[in-house]
Amino acid sequence: MSAGDETSGFRAARRRWLEGTVACAGLLQVSLATGASPDPARQPPQKGDVLAFPPDRNGGRDITTRDLVPGGEPLLAYPRDPASGVLRARSRLNQILLLKRDPDSLDRIATRHALDGVLAFSGVCTHAACGVSSWKAETARLVCPCHGSEFDPSAHGVVTAGPAPRPLPILPLARQGEHYIVAGAFTGKVGVKKP
Amino acid sequence: MPRHLNIHLLHIGLLLGSVACANAGENTANIAQGASYPAVTDARLAAPEARNWLMYRGTYDSWGYSPLDAINTRNVAKLKPLWTFSTGMTEAHQAPPVVNEGHMFITTPHNHVLALDARTGALNWRYQRELPEDLMQMHPTNRGVALHGDKVYLATADAFLVALDAATGEVVWEQQVEDYLNGYYMTLAPLAAEGLILVGVSGGEFGVRGFIQAFEAATGKPAWKTWTVPGPGEPGHDTWPGDSWKRGGAPAWVTGSYDPKEKLTYWGTGNAGPWIGAARPGDNLYSTSVLALDIHTGKIRAHHQYHWNDSWDWDEVAAPVLIEQQRAGRTLKTLVHAGRDGYLWTLERRPDALAFVDARPYVKQNVYSAIDPATGRPSYVEARVPKLGERVEYCPSLWGGKDWPPVAYSPQTGYLYIPANENLCGAVKGGPAEYRAGEMYMGVKVEDIEVMPTPEAKDHIGELQAWDLASGKRVWTTEFASHNWGPVLATAGGLVFSGGTHDRQFRAFDASSGELLWQQGTNSGVVGVPVSYQVDGRQYIAVQSGWGVDAERKQQVLNQQLGTKVQVPQGGVVWVFGLPD
Repeated sequence: MSAGDETSGFRAARRRWLEGTVACAGLLQVSLATGASPDPARQPPQKGDVLAFPPDRNGGRDITTRDLVPGGEPLLAYPRDPASGVLRARSRLNQILLLKRDPDSLDRIATRHALDGVLAFSGVCTHAACGVSSWKAETARLVCPCHGSEFDPSAHGVVTAGPAPRPLPILPLARQGEHYIVAGAFTGKVGVKKP
Repeated sequence: MPRHLNIHLLHIGLLLGSVACANAGENTANIAQGASYPAVTDARLAAPEARNWLMYRGTYDSWGYSPLDAINTRNVAKLKPLWTFSTGMTEAHQAPPVVNEGHMFITTPHNHVLALDARTGALNWRYQRELPEDLMQMHPTNRGVALHGDKVYLATADAFLVALDAATGEVVWEQQVEDYLNGYYMTLAPLAAEGLILVGVSGGEFGVRGFIQAFEAATGKPAWKTWTVPGPGEPGHDTWPGDSWKRGGAPAWVTGSYDPKEKLTYWGTGNAGPWIGAARPGDNLYSTSVLALDIHTGKIRAHHQYHWNDSWDWDEVAAPVLIEQQRAGRTLKTLVHAGRDGYLWTLERRPDALAFVDARPYVKQNVYSAIDPATGRPSYVEARVPKLGERVEYCPSLWGGKDWPPVAYSPQTGYLYIPANENLCGAVKGGPAEYRAGEMYMGVKVEDIEVMPTPEAKDHIGELQAWDLASGKRVWTTEFASHNWGPVLATAGGLVFSGGTHDRQFRAFDASSGELLWQQGTNSGVVGVPVSYQVDGRQYIAVQSGWGVDAERKQQVLNQQLGTKVQVPQGGVVWVFGLPD
């Protein structure tokens, strides 16, 4: 929770509420512990997951290096558990945008996370959690169609237009043969930070 | 009760395992002292006391009119803030303060409900819904509660209907209305009538199939569900090609009206999806329509489609105003609607029909070439009909002559007050729409949607218009440089209250002349629904100030188009005004 823009009065109210919530969370954990294990299709990307197309595109197969065109439109991807084969597509937070940029165009942070110019971003807007589903080819921007936020993939996903408050988090990648593998957790909170 | 004691009690409750966990944080003095809460009966909802504001528009006929007159044209200049309450939330605060005998309930974006003492602003309780982390919110707002019995009802952004105990804020029941992962959400105030709670869904941009559904107020048990897009075998189904009806939109995202004598409830519907009509040739019933539903069964008794095969994003959802009018010597039961299409529509409410009476433009509109005098069906100027793969210009813009903000009607003047936007046109270019559950399904890229001020926009955009419904003539217009997103309140004090402009003002006008009589700068832009109520003999005017959602988005577009740099600060505050002691 970011408290920087809250008045002290509200912060106090929030703290009181949180105290109650934390106490409640204890009970929740108890009930979770006795319940079923979490749905693997809703789990966030795990290290070693393979990036794959959604089920309705290319038969949901794993994405290969040949699928990515330099400077081309981003591909929508989800993480797939290679052991069980489960595609983690039952959480909107697992939408990943995979795209290939000219390595020389990348800023320092993007370069650190790129594999031959290939970057994976969260596909969930940091403003209102809409899917970042548009691509503006002329300016090379990832665009959220809900409220018009734009993100520069070459500049590690920073906001260049619209109301989004934060960059799109990056998902660290590794290569395994011709496939892309999740190498770590997203670099920031995916989606919206709670108000 | 001291705060620490309150927390202490909460912890004891947890130890006993008997406290409902949902948001029990902030109970304070009133409830602890056992202040009684007067039940809201169907009879009271049908004829609310003048001192109360029991529902979204105050009364079932959606007049947005208060019979209170202690605050009036002679003394309104002395009106002053009596108390304020900061909600701690950003985005659009559009809900009316709903008041039952001194108990005030407001909602905020992200589905908080606050119960306040209507005299002092003291917080009685606060409910905060835990929304799912992967919930997308294209419209982070909520338009208020419904009251029935001893409960307060909230329609949530994750498509649940929640019943809260009015005295404590504790959850009594909650009922899933739809799966938010399929693009459904709710922002409207529910409608309480005849022991039922009615809601309609949002999600027209996300490939939903719209519906209105009723639940038993006491238990949350579903009572009936009426699709706004007919399925196979139902009348109107043949107005949709192929499987397009399954994702046809026509959401009902604003509260309907109700005629308790005829037991009919009237709901407006949004545009069909995807956006461009060429993708779904046909009339696309019952999109951009008004439906008359039997309150007990949900059966569609009558409908009128304002315009067919929409391609302009002109949702016609705003609460239909129910009036009895004298026309040519006879009394007509009418339904009046200031459309997003820029026309002021009058229909006659017959038992099994909504008959066209007349329609006239209240802003410049260049799409309709004619309106059939018998049926009200418009013909279109072909060059103004958006197409696939071609940029088409039209007026008014996608935000229309008026979007969701409700009009008000005063029986004292016989005038309808419309918060309008003039001098804005738009353009759109359609493309293919690919459906993915829960994701945007518009068939239009955001960069292919344009809003274009006309040269006259340099003079003004926003208007507050007064229309004499007897003569069908506009009697006065107040112009604002800013666009206008202000819901309207009319009162028996001869006044009209509204905000809606980017200069953060909340204003009172003479209802007869339009003369500005009072204004108050607030913290943010006033996009909330204003109300009036009375407690202990004192009349109050109340409204939420908190800019956001479409008003904010439109401001950014206008800044780009007009070269302005208007920034409206966000953050919600409840403002309550009264006359000095």
